[in-house]
Amino acid sequence: MDLHTLTLTQAKEKLAKKEISSVELTRAYLDRIKTLDQKLNAFVTVTEDEALKNAEHADKLIAHGEDLPLLGIPLAIKDNFSTKGIRTTASSKVLDTYVPPFDSTVVKRLKDAGMVMLGKANMDAWAHGSSTETSDFGTTKNPWNTDFLPGGSSGGSAAAVAANESVASIGSETAGSIRQPASWCGVVGLKPTYGRVSRYGVVAMASSTDSPGPITKTVEDSARILQILAGVDVHDATTSPTQPENYVAAIRDSIQGITIGISDDYREGVDPEVQAKIDEAIKVYERLGAKIKNIKLFSPKYAIAVYTILQRSEVSSNLARYDGIRYGNDRSHFGDEAKRRVMLGTYTLSAGYYDAYYKKAQKVRTIIVEDFTTAFKDVDIIISATSPSAALPLGSSKNHPMFGEMADILVEPSSIAGLPGINIPVGLTQAGLPVGMQIMGPQWSEKKILQVAQKFEEETEFHTLKPSL
Amino acid sequence: MRGNLSTRLLRHNTPRNDKKLNMKIDVKHIAKLANLPLSVDEEKKFEQQLADTLNYIEELNEVNTEGIEITPQVTGLENVLEEDTVRPSLTQDEATANAKNSHNGFFIVPAILEENA
Repeated sequence: MDLHTLTLTQAKEKLAKKEISSVELTRAYLDRIKTLDQKLNAFVTVTEDEALKNAEHADKLIAHGEDLPLLGIPLAIKDNFSTKGIRTTASSKVLDTYVPPFDSTVVKRLKDAGMVMLGKANMDAWAHGSSTETSDFGTTKNPWNTDFLPGGSSGGSAAAVAANESVASIGSETAGSIRQPASWCGVVGLKPTYGRVSRYGVVAMASSTDSPGPITKTVEDSARILQILAGVDVHDATTSPTQPENYVAAIRDSIQGITIGISDDYREGVDPEVQAKIDEAIKVYERLGAKIKNIKLFSPKYAIAVYTILQRSEVSSNLARYDGIRYGNDRSHFGDEAKRRVMLGTYTLSAGYYDAYYKKAQKVRTIIVEDFTTAFKDVDIIISATSPSAALPLGSSKNHPMFGEMADILVEPSSIAGLPGINIPVGLTQAGLPVGMQIMGPQWSEKKILQVAQKFEEETEFHTLKPSL
Repeated sequence: MRGNLSTRLLRHNTPRNDKKLNMKIDVKHIAKLANLPLSVDEEKKFEQQLADTLNYIEELNEVNTEGIEITPQVTGLENVLEEDTVRPSLTQDEATANAKNSHNGFFIVPAILEENA
C-alpha cells in the first residue's frame, strides 16, 4: 500500500501494531515531497535530516512500548510557527535567515506528543492574504489543478495535506487562513475558538483574532490534533483556563435533535455551483434528522470593513518590531502587501482618525458578537459555504488590495467574534475543484462542531476524493 | 454584493462616485510614521490602492453604533497574572545569535544622538 495515503488515525494504528515504522512512513512522505514539491511549492523548508533522525527515535520509543498521540507521525508546520534551530520566515524576505532560539507552544506540544516534523509550509508573507501569492518564496499551486491558487494564508499547509505530502499540518487563522485554503484544497481545516490554542511563538498578525489549528485528511484526525494543542498556556495570557473537552472520545456521539441554522445573508454572492453543493450537504443532515432553521444574520459585508480596520491596525503595531537590529533584515525588505497593510493601519490608528476607524470598527464588532449570541439561542450550529467560490486561477490576487477579504467574507464575522469553525469538503465543481462547507458554533463548541462534521464524513465519500498528481 | 468573486473584486476597485475619490492618505507622511522606505513610484501606487481600501471601509458608516460599547477582546479574561518567579531564559549568546551586529552579548544599534562639536 502507499504509505502517503494514510490518515493520522490509520498511520497511528499501523505504527502501534508495528506493521510499519516511522522511518518508512517519514521516508514515504519525504519521497512524495521530492517528487511533487518542485511543482507545488508547498514547503519553504524541508527538514529531511532532522525528520529521519526523529523518526528513528520514535521507532525506538515505540519498540519500548511508548504510546504518545503523535509518536512517529510526520507533520508539516506553517512557517510562522517558531521552531527552535529551524529557519522560520513567515514567507517574508525580512526573516529569510532567522533561526528562532525557541519553540512556539504549538510546536512544543506537538514535539512532546511525538511528532516528526517534515518541514515548514509556505504561506502568504506574514499571513497577509488568501492566495499564497504574497509569499516571497513563490506561490503554492493547488494540487487539484496547478493553474489554480490553493487559497491562504495557510496555502502550503492545505496543499501539502491535499497532495499527501504530509499526514496532516498546522495552520493559523486570523480570518479565513485555515478554513479558506482547506476549502480550496478539499481538506479538513479547523479554526478553534480564539484563546483555545496558544499564540506564543507564532509570528503575530492580528493579535485579537489569531488562532492556530490543524489541517487534516479527516475530521477524526482534526480532533486528535486539537486535543494536543488545546489548553491554557502561561506564555499566552489570552488562552482560556476553561478545560478542553475530550474531542477524540466524543467524536462519534449522536447529534440527534440538533438544530442547524442557515442564513440567506450567507448565500448572497455565493457562486451558484458552490451553493448547490452546500444545499445538498444540508439535505444530508435533514435526512439524519437534524432540524434546519432559517435565521437572519448581520450582513457579512460589514465584517469585511471591521476586519480590515482591526487587522491593518494590529498589523501595523505587530510589524513595528521588525527593525533588522535584533534579528532579520531591515524594513526595506517588506513586500507590497505588508507595506500596504502597515500603512493603512498606521493611518487608522493615527491621531484624529482613531475614533472614526478603529473605535467604530470595535463597536460594530460588538454588534457582530451579539448577533451571533442571539442566533445561537435558536440554533446549535450554523452552516454555510466557506468561500464564495471554488479556487481561483493563479494571478487572481494581483493588484486587488482587498482580494483576501472578499475570498474570506463568509468566515470573517465568526473570526471577529472569536468563534470556532471547521471546513469540510462537500464535493467538486464541474471543473474538478473542491467545494468546502463550514460549520460554525458558539465559543468553546469545538466538540459539537467536530461531531457534526464527523457525521457528514460518515454519510458521504467526499473526503476520500484525491487530486491525481 | 452579487456576481462572482472576480466581478465583485473588479467592481470594488472601481470607485463608485466622485466624493469617494477624494478619500486620500498622505502616503509620504504615513510611510514616515511607519518607518517604511518608499520610492516615488511606490508612493503613487500605494496612494491609489489605499484610497480604494478606504473607500471600501467607509461602508461602516452605514451602521448605526450609537450607544454601543467597543469590543477590544472576546475572551472575557481580565488581569491575567502569574507568579513572578525566576526561571531559565535565553543566554545572551542565544539572544543575539540572529543579530547582524553584536558585541560582547549586546546588540549594536544605529546611533540616534549626535556628538556635540
